[in-house]
Amino acid sequence: MTIRSSSQDGELTVYLSGEIDHHAARKIREMTDALIQQQQPRLLKLNFGGVTFMDSSGIGLIMGRCRMMQLYGGDVRVVNVPGELKKMMHLSGLSGLKVLGI
Amino acid sequence: MEKTVQEVRLQFDSFSANEGFARAAVAAFAAQLDPTVAELSELKTAVSEAVTNCVVHAYRDTIGPVTVTVQLLDDRRVVVKVRDKGCGIENVSRAMEPLFTTAPGEDRAGLGFAVMQSFSDLVKVRSSPGRGTVVTLQKTFSPRRRDV
Repeated sequence: MTIRSSSQDGELTVYLSGEIDHHAARKIREMTDALIQQQQPRLLKLNFGGVTFMDSSGIGLIMGRCRMMQLYGGDVRVVNVPGELKKMMHLSGLSGLKVLGI
Repeated sequence: MEKTVQEVRLQFDSFSANEGFARAAVAAFAAQLDPTVAELSELKTAVSEAVTNCVVHAYRDTIGPVTVTVQLLDDRRVVVKVRDKGCGIENVSRAMEPLFTTAPGEDRAGLGFAVMQSFSDLVKVRSSPGRGTVVTLQKTFSPRRRDV
């Protein structure tokens, strides 16, 4: 799991790659939350383009960041979800919400 | 009764770093049945959920042994048993309800069992509070192209 980020015009994009499980989610959460607190963006984009595996820890990660962004009055969008992860995203119930945008 | 063609047993400590090891090892063994990429990925996901439950819930503030047994049956069925000697589950049916979690502050979605059910064909849970839990996952891979 590696994490890159970029920010522009109040948008923070976090690029996730590799496998997201409970073990990896802890580090992603710490790094992402530090960036959110530092930058207080109005929009957090979680880019899942490079994610090769995800269990429900990834769903917990998204839900937790939504709660975090609400504190700052911002939104979350999940983008670039690989086909293999769509079943998991759908199962989570997130697919009906604008956070997924798919 | 189908005959077990092969069986493997893994035992490891409930460190979170072993979640990836466990699912990769199960997938590598089950790959002998030549499943589709999607089937193998689903099996990995279900195993990851079961092992994570041991790490997060069974051995909450401790580290303990997790045993994973994988059986490959001759009807293309994989049976995975994930066993711990942790705290056990007081109320299994409530634990299996989607969104129910005892660890909300840690970003747990409460979807572990829902994912196991959706990504495998059968999920059985046997638990004794104070003694441990056995989760059995069963998945039948589709017939190989050359077998059809």
